[in-house]
Amino acid sequence: MLTYPFMTPERTAFRDTVRRFIEQEVKPFASDWDEAGEIPWALHEKAGALGIFGLGIDEAYGGLGFDDVFLRAIAGIEMGRAGIGGAMASIGARNIMTGPLQALASDTIKEKALPDIVSGRKGGALGITEAGGGSDVASLATRAERDGDHWVISGSKTFITGGLKASYFVIGARTGGPGLDGISLFFVEADTPGFTRASVGAKMGWWSSDTATLYFDAVRVPAEHMLGEQDKGFLAIMNNFNMERLAMIAQCVGMAEVCLEDSTAYAVERHTFGKPLIKHQVIRHKIADMSAKIDALKSYLWMICHTIESGSMPVAEIAKAKVLGSKTLEFCASEAMQILGGAGYLRGHAIERIYREVKVMAIGGGSEEIMRDLAVRQMGV
Amino acid sequence: MKILVPVKRVVDYNVKVRVKSDNTGVELSNVKMSMNPFDEIAVEEAIRLKEAGNADEIIVVSIGPKAATETLRTGLAMGADRGILVDYDGETEPLAVAKVLKAIVDDEQPGLVLLGKQAIDDDCSQTGQMLAQLLGWAQGTFASKVELADGGFHVTREIDGGLETIKLAAPAIVTTDLRLNEPRYASLPNIMKAKRKPIDEKTPGDYGVDMAPRLTTLKVEEPPKREAGIKVESVAELVGKLKEKGAIA
Ligand SMILES: Cc1cc2nc3c(=O)[nH]c(=O)nc-3n(C[C@H](O)[C@H](O)[C@H](O)COP(=O)(O)OP(=O)(O)OC[C@H]3O[C@@H](n4cnc5c(N)ncnc54)[C@H](O)[C@@H]3O)c2cc1C
Repeated sequence: MLTYPFMTPERTAFRDTVRRFIEQEVKPFASDWDEAGEIPWALHEKAGALGIFGLGIDEAYGGLGFDDVFLRAIAGIEMGRAGIGGAMASIGARNIMTGPLQALASDTIKEKALPDIVSGRKGGALGITEAGGGSDVASLATRAERDGDHWVISGSKTFITGGLKASYFVIGARTGGPGLDGISLFFVEADTPGFTRASVGAKMGWWSSDTATLYFDAVRVPAEHMLGEQDKGFLAIMNNFNMERLAMIAQCVGMAEVCLEDSTAYAVERHTFGKPLIKHQVIRHKIADMSAKIDALKSYLWMICHTIESGSMPVAEIAKAKVLGSKTLEFCASEAMQILGGAGYLRGHAIERIYREVKVMAIGGGSEEIMRDLAVRQMGV
Repeated sequence: MKILVPVKRVVDYNVKVRVKSDNTGVELSNVKMSMNPFDEIAVEEAIRLKEAGNADEIIVVSIGPKAATETLRTGLAMGADRGILVDYDGETEPLAVAKVLKAIVDDEQPGLVLLGKQAIDDDCSQTGQMLAQLLGWAQGTFASKVELADGGFHVTREIDGGLETIKLAAPAIVTTDLRLNEPRYASLPNIMKAKRKPIDEKTPGDYGVDMAPRLTTLKVEEPPKREAGIKVESVAELVGKLKEKGAIA
């Protein structure tokens, strides 16, 4: 077992807290929630009470008043270990919209929205992707037109995690010409006239997550709802992606760990051809390979965290690690399912759920293709 | 009122303990350690009493190795105010622990000492009782409910026949049972605050207590493996087998 020099007593204590929370408050209900296609709202509030939504948010707005990317990663890993990515996406969606609010919103908006979002009383979601495309953010088509001291937003967003239940949104809309120089960010409240939403419909995985299409039919928001400078939203969106991707890498670690642990435990108990499954070399190799890939991914993640805590943002490494994360998870989910055989194919089993959740990790938050391209672009070629 | 809560660092309840190959004890290296679950319930109860305005300070104390500082930090992160570590590396037996606790009680003068009914490592269930005897205080063991009443405490106890409520004069000793409460999760803000709460470091010598064990462990073994059962074909055969074994007449 590796020892990581980054685990301070506080980080260890936080890991223990989140792990226990997931064991007691999430895992026993995972299958039921997935089948029901939703989670009880109380889970948002219980998770909020742990403080996991407060990193990087001022104390005045219910946050912790400090940030620590290791704590973000630890929360991500432990949430991944719940083996129900959908539920975790549903409560965690707010984390990808509170950053822009904290950094760019007026004090009035922060006072109004952040305490409720951070505590889990209300939901928040980030709307970037449109039906026309998610990868090519610079081409987004939702428009915002200036009208006196308001902006009028028209268009739609889709695949928005947490979008069915969220009270507050941060969305990207075009305020200028085509391309990345014409995009701005806006704060939109769900009860604004002209705003409607609908479920995206049945998904392959993440069943318990409320994924929405959002419609903006001349939605009027006050001018101060523009977050940051006009036409400068693209950079903010790209910066925000870093923490979203880091959280996704961490979740891949946690989910892959479940694959390794559950399949190993099964291989120890299950007998075939007169001996425990674990005594067959082919199975041992699967377990060794899963374990090695997870170690590599986790070590990569900790070094990325260390680099961030030391003051620089390794954009390319985050992108590469996100690919490594979804590839590792894909491998582990598949190998774990093989070890479990038919038992793993049954609904209600964590491995079956995780198997269905692999692809969203490979597509959402920047697809594997886009991540690799981004990484190579960072090399200046 | 001050509340003193002794907390013990034990192998985490989720860990499947393994006997050491030389049969001298159980494997402790690379094993996750946590606060004894009954002690966690005691810390929770103390915090609830404080939150209800019935206590003004909670002191957690652990007698154990330096690493027991983590256990104290857990208590502080839950909401205790300060900690005392009595640094001791060897095995801790109930009488020696009770003697150290008595000395701490003499120093601190708490109105209530809340202990776990037992530690899940040695399952002795003696420390609270011994401490009550050493102090000459009233004790309410295996509590499923603790209330302040009549200048003392009403403690509901889980006993074989059901529930028994007893009246204790203050100061008193209470030991916790599983159903007393559900301990809270230490939140991230409180984990960070706990970092700044004071922990005093002491040794058993500071309290004049000799910790040398009075018991010798001869041998530690795995419980015998359960042997495979047999399958019977019919109820008649089952009854026959039970008669054979003398289980029924
Ligand atoms: C369950 C779920 C939840 C989501 N939650 C959110 C959310 O909360 N907020 C939000 O804004 N979005 C969300 N998304 C959207 C997600 O970010 C997009 O799906 C993703 O960015 C990909 O966009 P797309 O689906 O439009 O695919 P496209 O952009 O149309 O791409 C299709 C395929 O082509 C590949 N591709 C595209 N361009 C290139 C290229 N230049 N070179 C090579 N290959 C390329 C892609 O990698 C992909 O494989 C979510 C998606 C899912 C599935």
